[in-house]
Amino acid sequence: MSRLLTRSTENRRAERDYENLLVVDDVRLAFGGVTAIDGVSFHVDDGELYAIIGPNGAGKTSIFNCLNQVYHPDEGDIRWKGKTVLGLKPNQTAELGMARTFQNIALFPHMNVVENILTGRHIRMDQTWWQGALWLGKGRRDEFENREVVEDIIDFLEIERWRKQPVGMLPYGIQKRVELGRALAMDPDLLLLDEPVAGMNLEETEDMARFILDIRDELGIAIILVEHDMGLVMDIADRVMVVDFGRKISEGVPEVVQNDPEVIKAYLGET
Amino acid sequence: MRGRPLLVTNYADDQAMLKSTTQTVMAGLFLLFLVCIPLFAPGAIGGGESRIPGPTFLAGADWLKLLSELGIFAMAALGLNILSGLAGQVSLGHAFFMGLGAYTAAVLGSGPGALWGVGLPIWVWLPMAGLIPAAVGIVISPTAVRVRGLYLAIVTLGLVFIGEYVWRNLDFITGGSQSGRNFPALQVRLWREEEALLDLEASGTWLGFLNLSGEGKFYLFILALTVLFVIVAKNIQRSRVGRAFQAIRDRDVAAEIMGVDEFRYKTLAFAISSFYAGVAGALLAVEVGRTIPEQWDLLLSVEIIAIVLIGGAGSISGVLMGSAFVVLLPRLVQDFGNLLQQSAASGGVLATIFDPILSTGPGDFGVVNLSPGVAPGLGILQLNTLIYGLLIIAFLIFEPLGLYGVWVRIRNYWKGWPFTY
Ligand SMILES: Nc1ncnc2c1ncn2[C@@H]1O[C@H](COP(=O)(O)OP(=O)(O)O)[C@@H](O)[C@H]1O
Ligand SMILES: [Mg+2]
Repeated sequence: MSRLLTRSTENRRAERDYENLLVVDDVRLAFGGVTAIDGVSFHVDDGELYAIIGPNGAGKTSIFNCLNQVYHPDEGDIRWKGKTVLGLKPNQTAELGMARTFQNIALFPHMNVVENILTGRHIRMDQTWWQGALWLGKGRRDEFENREVVEDIIDFLEIERWRKQPVGMLPYGIQKRVELGRALAMDPDLLLLDEPVAGMNLEETEDMARFILDIRDELGIAIILVEHDMGLVMDIADRVMVVDFGRKISEGVPEVVQNDPEVIKAYLGET
Repeated sequence: MRGRPLLVTNYADDQAMLKSTTQTVMAGLFLLFLVCIPLFAPGAIGGGESRIPGPTFLAGADWLKLLSELGIFAMAALGLNILSGLAGQVSLGHAFFMGLGAYTAAVLGSGPGALWGVGLPIWVWLPMAGLIPAAVGIVISPTAVRVRGLYLAIVTLGLVFIGEYVWRNLDFITGGSQSGRNFPALQVRLWREEEALLDLEASGTWLGFLNLSGEGKFYLFILALTVLFVIVAKNIQRSRVGRAFQAIRDRDVAAEIMGVDEFRYKTLAFAISSFYAGVAGALLAVEVGRTIPEQWDLLLSVEIIAIVLIGGAGSISGVLMGSAFVVLLPRLVQDFGNLLQQSAASGGVLATIFDPILSTGPGDFGVVNLSPGVAPGLGILQLNTLIYGLLIIAFLIFEPLGLYGVWVRIRNYWKGWPFTY
C-alpha cells in the first residue's frame, strides 16, 4: 500500500485548517410525500470510523446521495472541510476527496478488475485525453504509474487471481472487494461504504472488516459505514448513529448506543 | 506461441495493443499484404512485367476503389464506435457530420469557380474537414447530451434532415440537388502552386521503380490514414478517456461519483466522433468525385450503424470486420448474380440447381431477378438490402457481439485444437 499513501495520515493532519472533515447540518429531503431524511445532523472527523445503522428504508442511502450531491437536500447544509458542498455536481464531490461503494454493486460490468480500479484513478491521473489518444510520453507513463497503484490495491485486497477477469463473472464477495478497491483508488479523505457486508458469509464479512480497519488505521482515511444490522458495526465503529424513518434516534460510542432504549425499541419493533 | 505466451513482466507488455508475438507477427504480415496489393498488378515493379505474386484482381482499379471505400467507411465507423460503442450514445446523425466534412473540404480545397472554393492545400482542408464537424458537434452537444437513449436517437435523426435541407439550399456551396459538386483532388501542395508535389490520383512511378496507378496511390493513402485512425481509436479505448466513456455508458451515476464529468465526456465523445466522420466524409466525397446533397442522408447513417452493429459494438477489430462486410457485400452479391447468370446460360448441373431461384424473363418465377422490370423477383440491389437487413437482425438476436464475437469463438476453438474443451 506504500505507494498509495500519497497523502499520509500526518500530511492529512498538517493540511488541516478546518474543524470537522464533514458536517451534516439539519438536512431534510423528501420525495413527493415521502420524507426520506427528516432533519439529520452529524459530523465526521479525520480518520474516524463512523457508522450509520437503521432498518431498511430509514434513509441511509439517501444520506450518502446527499453527500455526493446526487440528491439535493430540501433544507439544511452539508459542509466539507468548512465549505458547503450544496450546488456541486457529483463529480466535484469526488474531487473534494469523497469516494463511495454502492449498496447494489455498481461496477462497470464490461471492464475487468484492473480497468475498474483504474477508472477509480480517474481524478488522480495526470493526462489529457489527447495524450492518452497518442499513447506516447506523458500519457503512456501516466497509465503505467497508475497501473502500479492499482496493483498495490489488488495486492492489498488479495484479488490477484481475478485481475484480468470481467467483473460481471466474479463471485459476489469478490465484486464487493473490487468495488472497495475502486473507491480506494481515488485516494480519498472519506470513504462512504454502503452495506459492504450485506449478503456475505461469516468469512467474507471478517475479511471485509479487516480491510476496513486496515484502511482506517494504515491509511488514515475516514470512513462512514452504513449497515442495516448491528453486528459488525458495534465491533469496529468509533461512533455510531442510529436512524429510523429519516430521523436520528441515537448517537454515540457503540456501548452507549447498544443500550439506548430508543434503539432497542426500533430494532425490536422491526423484527 | 513459444515459451509461456501469456507471461508478461512489465505493464507496457500487459497493456500493449497486440498482446503476443504471434499476434504482432500476424498483424504485421496482414498489413504488409495490404500495402503490397497495388503491386500485384503486372508491371508494377521496374521496367518489365514483374510484380509481387498475389491475387492480381485485387490490384485492378475497381477492387482498389472498393478497398479504399472500405477504409473510408471504417474511419467513419470507428468514429461512431467511439460515440455509440464506447460512450453508449446512440446517434443517427453521423451522415450529417460526414456531409459537413465533405463540404468543408470542398470549400477549402477546391479552386475558385462556379461554386465557392478557396483552393487551399490538402494539409489545410483535410484536417479542417475533421475540425469543423468536431466544433459543430461541440456546439450541438449541449442539446444532445441532455437527452438519453431513444430521445437522443431522435434528436440526432433531426440533424440529418436539417442537414439535407441546408445542403440542398446552400447551392453556392453544394451545387444543389441537380448537379452536385466536384471535390478537390487528392494532391499534395505546399501552397497554391501549379505543380503538385504528390498527385495521389494520377498514375506514376514512386521511388523510381514502383509503378502505381492513380487508384493504387489513393488506396495507399487511405490505408495509411486508416491505420493511423485505428491506432488512435485503440489508444482512446485503453486510456483514461476511454475508460471514462465506458464508465458513463455502463453506470452513469457511479461514473460521476468516481469523478467523471458526464457532460464534458459526452461532449468530447461527440467531438471526436464528429472529427472521424468529417474526415471520412471528405475522403468519401473525394473518392466518389461528385456528390449531391441527398448522398448525406439517413441511409448513410444507417449503413455506418450497421457496420458497428454487425462488427460488434465497442470492439475495433469488429468495426474493421463490419466495414469489410458492409462494403464488400454488394460486390459479392453482384458477382454471385453474375455467376448465377453465367451458369444458368451455360447449362449443365449448376444451371439446374440455380434455375429455380432465378427469374430471367416473364413467366419465370424465382427469388432473384436478373432482368429487372421484365420478370418478377428481387433485383440485385434489393437482394442486397434484404441481406443487410436480415443480417443485422440475425446479429442482434443471435450474436450481440457481432462478427467480433464469431471471430473470438473461432479463435478460441483453434486455440484449443485438437482438444475441444
Ligand atoms: N429516488 C427516490 N425516489 C423516491 N423515493 C426514494 C428515492 N430514494 C429513496 N427513496 C425513499 O426514501 C426512503 C429512504 O430510502 P433509502 O435511503 O434507500 O433507505 P436505506 O438506505 O436506509 O434503506 C425510502 O422510503 C425510499 O423509498
Ligand atoms: Mg440503502
